[in-house]
Amino acid sequence: MANIVIDRIRKSFGAFQALKEVSLTINDGEFVSLLGPSGCGKTTLLRIIAGLETSTSGDVRIGDRSIIGLAPKDRGLAMVFQNYAVFPHMTVYENVAFGLRMQKADEARVKAQVEKAAGLLHIEPYLDRYPNKLSGGQRQRVAVARALAVKPKVLLMDEPLSNLDALLRLEMRTELKTVLQSAGTTTIYVTHDQTEAMGLSDRIAVMHNGVVEQVGHPVEIYNHPATRFVGGFIGNPPMNFIKVPVSNGQVAAGEEQLAAPKDVGNEIVLGLRGEAVELAPLPQGLEMKVRVAEPMGSHLLLTGSIHDQPVRVILPASETVKSGDTIGLKLDSKRITWLSPESGRSIPAVSA
Amino acid sequence: MTQNRPWIPYLLILPSVAFLALLFVVPLVQTIWLALSDNGAPSLANAERMVTDINFTRSVRNTFLLTIVVVPVQIAIALAMGTMVSKVGRGRETILWIWTIPLGISDLAAGLVWLSILQNTGYFNSLLFSLGVIGRQASWLSYQTPIALFIAIAVAEIWRGTAIVMVIIVAGLNQVPKEFKEAAEIFGAGPWTRFWRITLPLIRPALQSALILRTVLAFEVFAVVYALGGRNFPVLVGEAYNWQNQNQNYSVAAVYAVLIMIISLAATLIYLKALKVDPERLP
Repeated sequence: MANIVIDRIRKSFGAFQALKEVSLTINDGEFVSLLGPSGCGKTTLLRIIAGLETSTSGDVRIGDRSIIGLAPKDRGLAMVFQNYAVFPHMTVYENVAFGLRMQKADEARVKAQVEKAAGLLHIEPYLDRYPNKLSGGQRQRVAVARALAVKPKVLLMDEPLSNLDALLRLEMRTELKTVLQSAGTTTIYVTHDQTEAMGLSDRIAVMHNGVVEQVGHPVEIYNHPATRFVGGFIGNPPMNFIKVPVSNGQVAAGEEQLAAPKDVGNEIVLGLRGEAVELAPLPQGLEMKVRVAEPMGSHLLLTGSIHDQPVRVILPASETVKSGDTIGLKLDSKRITWLSPESGRSIPAVSA
Repeated sequence: MTQNRPWIPYLLILPSVAFLALLFVVPLVQTIWLALSDNGAPSLANAERMVTDINFTRSVRNTFLLTIVVVPVQIAIALAMGTMVSKVGRGRETILWIWTIPLGISDLAAGLVWLSILQNTGYFNSLLFSLGVIGRQASWLSYQTPIALFIAIAVAEIWRGTAIVMVIIVAGLNQVPKEFKEAAEIFGAGPWTRFWRITLPLIRPALQSALILRTVLAFEVFAVVYALGGRNFPVLVGEAYNWQNQNQNYSVAAVYAVLIMIISLAATLIYLKALKVDPERLP
């Protein structure tokens, strides 16, 4: 068990900067996701930590020991790959035992640790089989068992669930959480799937264009995105961004006046989670033109516009709004994020 | 469409089947009969004549020696080349293109190229002379220098025949996802362990194909040997050629042909058995 310090890591491929001074500290036993769209540098960062890729500059320390320059095997970590990378010419048992065999562990220890890892992942019935006979989900269990069998200080996972079908992914996600919680291994998990990151992580680092945009608890990131990118990337539907005029330090939402942050110009961007609203009569509420109303069973999804800017909001399923209606909305002022129209960064609200 | 007319697939492969039957099976049966008959009656006289010939034992020994030396060296070199080129980023195609040039050269031409290097007035002697290693022309390809002759033929064969092995092995290596090697690396396998325990087992099918192809071709070695050694280095196909053309004895030539076929078949069977490819254990 160990904490990980990523210290100003840079990576360039020719003129292209894949990582621009990324720093991140991961605590002992913590589960941190690197979340972002493809090409944001998350996999590159993971591969630098693993030792499969070299960094242009910067340092990575595991338990206060710099690992840059060490061979992957000397870093005390294990990894689970997107395409499983379970060796097809070895039985499941030998796959799980591979790391221990490389450490020249004695037979008794190999057996004990393979059986423990296999039990954790429920793959005991397949130990004598070859991976080709297994489904994708079972193969990924083998890959996770192989990683846990060596009792790594740090576990790296590179999109481990993205090759599975939707139903299995959900099942494996829950199971991974159970398994990793009991193992207590410091884990770095790369994904582009925000629901995976939200569900699994102690903290999420949202990455974009080679930069960590925000690090924080999933709920904190969801409710208070540090940038427009984070708000738009996390959540389904994504956060709404509405440019609104500011007069006398206040923003009008229907008849209600919201206090804008201090020292802003004539305009500000109002970041609004789709579900942080409730229906209000006009003209008290903020006017929204509903273009499409989609009853989803659990909720009602409305797509339309506020101030001629596209928005999506969520109302309880019991509301009866139809396509083409004009409705009024009351905003939950505690759940509003104010953002600068120029930089796209969030501006702290005036404390009530 | 083929559901309504199930005979269409058969019709389409008929020409190739007829072609092979006519030009392969018929001559094969004829050859076997030619080998095992004398004046229209079954007989082992031709076989006896073959084995009692002064060159028979030498040609068998030479052919086997050459195969045993050349094929493993070719496989090793091809594996090294394939592994090296897989690490190359830019220019990979060009390197592969240059490496496969020997594929386009006929074996007789290849033999003549090496002859121009190794004959008494060849490039090799000129080089040694200009470096002061030898004082006068040395002979490398005569019956008095059997070891030098063997080495010369082996080198020429390796030069000529490695490209095809490399092509097969590179194709095999390309099929192995890089994550297998990366996973092995992370879990503590060094470069040699990765090669022996991950790469080699995963390219088994390619290795098997390359071995069968190269071994069969090695037993059929002729033109390079003929160009470099003439009759100083008898090999099986060379003897068949001599019995057919010099001695005009088609029957003994046919026994040689049948013998070569049996050896090739046996080698293929041994490889298929020894390097059994279990489809269950492939990626």
